[in-house]
Amino acid sequence: MDWQRLLTLAAAELIAPQTAAFALAAIGLNVHFGFTGLLNMGHAGFMLLGAYGFAISTIAGAPLWLALIIAMACAVVFALLLGIPTLKLRGDYLAIVTISAAEIVRMVGRSTLFTDLTGASSGIRGNTYKSTFQALSPLPDGSTTIGPFTYGNNLSNGWWVRIAAWAIVLLAVLFIYLLMRSPWGRVLKGIREDEDAVRALGKSVYAYKMQALVLGGVLGALGGVVYVLPTSVQPDAMGRAMTFFVWTVLLLGGAATIFGPVLGSMIFFVTLSIVRTTMREVLPPDVFSPAQIEPLSGMLIGIALMLLVIFRPQGILGDKKELTFHVR
Amino acid sequence: MLAALTALLAGMLLVLAPPARAGTDDGCVSSPEAGCLAGSVRGSDGPAGGVEIQVEGPESTETVTTGEDGTWSAAITANGTYTLTLDVGTLPEGQQLLSPDDNPRDLRAVVGATRQVNFELGDPEAVDEAPSGESGTGGTDPMVDAEGGEIIGEEAPRGGSTITPQRIAQQAAAGLRFGLVLALASVGLSLIYGTTGLSSFSHGEQVTLGALLTYVFASVLGWPLVPAIILAVALCASTGWLQDAGIWKPLRRRGVGLVQGMIVTIGLALALQYLFQLVFGGGTVSILNYIPGTWTIGPVRLNIPSYYAMGISVVALSAVGYFLLRTRTGRATRAVSDNPALAAASGIDVDRIIRLVWVVSAGLAGLAGVLLALIFNGANWTLGMQMLLLMFAAVTLGGLGTAFGALVGSLVIGMVVEMANLVVPTDLKYASALLILILVLLVRPQGILGRAERIG
Repeated sequence: MDWQRLLTLAAAELIAPQTAAFALAAIGLNVHFGFTGLLNMGHAGFMLLGAYGFAISTIAGAPLWLALIIAMACAVVFALLLGIPTLKLRGDYLAIVTISAAEIVRMVGRSTLFTDLTGASSGIRGNTYKSTFQALSPLPDGSTTIGPFTYGNNLSNGWWVRIAAWAIVLLAVLFIYLLMRSPWGRVLKGIREDEDAVRALGKSVYAYKMQALVLGGVLGALGGVVYVLPTSVQPDAMGRAMTFFVWTVLLLGGAATIFGPVLGSMIFFVTLSIVRTTMREVLPPDVFSPAQIEPLSGMLIGIALMLLVIFRPQGILGDKKELTFHVR
Repeated sequence: MLAALTALLAGMLLVLAPPARAGTDDGCVSSPEAGCLAGSVRGSDGPAGGVEIQVEGPESTETVTTGEDGTWSAAITANGTYTLTLDVGTLPEGQQLLSPDDNPRDLRAVVGATRQVNFELGDPEAVDEAPSGESGTGGTDPMVDAEGGEIIGEEAPRGGSTITPQRIAQQAAAGLRFGLVLALASVGLSLIYGTTGLSSFSHGEQVTLGALLTYVFASVLGWPLVPAIILAVALCASTGWLQDAGIWKPLRRRGVGLVQGMIVTIGLALALQYLFQLVFGGGTVSILNYIPGTWTIGPVRLNIPSYYAMGISVVALSAVGYFLLRTRTGRATRAVSDNPALAAASGIDVDRIIRLVWVVSAGLAGLAGVLLALIFNGANWTLGMQMLLLMFAAVTLGGLGTAFGALVGSLVIGMVVEMANLVVPTDLKYASALLILILVLLVRPQGILGRAERIG
């Protein structure tokens, strides 16, 4: 077994844009679930909308800043549409409505109805919407080697997208840190702990929940943009499985913590890489074909999620007292 | 605020409606006797017309040519593996296939459904495009959960015709059929929710399990259909027992919260889905190795399994209804649903009732899976995943936790799904059912049969 290759592949996941994208999405979900106690089971819908908003507006000729604003605006509208019917109801209604709404987004996106905009089930090719982002790169052309990693500076899956993605993650972490120390953040935690007490203090619980839903959704949309920058927009790649993986990332790192989502995302993808590489090396190819490695690792994610929630629901960094596992 | 939102959502529906039938006019239309292979050839510069694709099937070989809009379709008359070969020579000047390895490609198609096959044009050298990480194989990344493989095809003709009373009757019959079978699965989901408070996301996988087990017994082992179905349903019911004994009872003992439990079901659903994919592969399997005939009653034409499925559903649902209303255990079940603590105080063994509910629900879900696989002549690992949200929609529509509400909700969802076919493209019919769910929640959050209590 080639240990060096195994470790290099695993370490590459630490800085991969995909890891950053899931970290961002999980930070958004953390605002929903960790801090406010909202059960959002349709986070991939926010991500997909962000990706579509960014890609379609860029293709239509919008500059980078406008495309990003449009991506975030899509998430704001989506959050409002979801929140109005459900935020006054018990938590599991929000779960069912969000997962349904995310599926609606995916189904409409992959429908042949809007093929000209969304490319239907084949999605939007990456090269069609990356130019504005890549034009912004200050790096010279060519490729750079840092330690074991060699990537092109400005290739679509190169250093520039890594730097930008992790810069956004860092800003998001800082933003959430400051926000959750603010009075606004304390009200959110209050809602999570005891909604009626907060109501008794004269705060509009509904308005605060809505603001949290919008904020987390916007972060999710940014995660979606980061996710598609190195690849392409594929509606079927951003379905329920993605939502559940974001949940795994969040619960792994620890809900209601500042660094939990980032740590969770890193551990999730590093472990996944190690497990996959090991299975490829160890499992006899005549019993498990390479194509079967992927469902096998998917199975392991599912089992890991179950065990995690049962035996360590607070995750790695979390505090058991700050858990929000009760429906209201 | 509410009115504005309703108007907005209604507006969304309207936007969806008008261009619905564009492009499907003289294409292939699937029916109980014929299926379709259809798709498009497109690149980043737009669709490619005049491209020849050879469709080689078990019975015949034909060559089709893409139209101006890059779309093509071919009718098929037999289930089996088809080989599609795109003639690269007929591509527009300077264009090539994005993934030349996919040409020719083999795929399974079944009668009674449309299988979408798209060819993408582009520069295969642009390796830049590959997803991050080491997985150069792209499509097999678990992030791509291949939900594209919709197996629940449409039987009724769609598009290209106006809404006639005949079509409405046909769709209504299909809606009734789908609603009844859906009810089998969602009544169980609702009973579980009622007695334990758990929204079980792994209920969809129980549906898949029923279908796939019947496939193993009837098609792989070659047993007669009836014993195969009976054994599959019995095995499904026993998985309900196993689940409760192995997972849910210990978790109740530990005092694990409902949200935690819900996330555990999500993990279980993921694990089971990928297990099915591991064992049965990504393709669609069919239980019957022949094409079932059709019966015509008045304006309605459905395949023969559909009539049996409706009959079996009605019998099974009546049995559940009789059990809940007339038997002692059924009354106990409703008592637990109403108030578990009070039920326990009046001498009902709550754990025993919950165990029974899990067994019955898993069995019913398995039966629903078998019937769906027979109706649509195919099942794959995503079958339950596609059904799950419709079940949730049905249960929520009817009122969370009320068994009869789930029945009403299922019939509504079945009707909406099939009737939506009249106005929106087939690939949006499930989306329309979910949209109805959200709209109903706006005006009647407790659901159709739910009690108007304060929930929240």
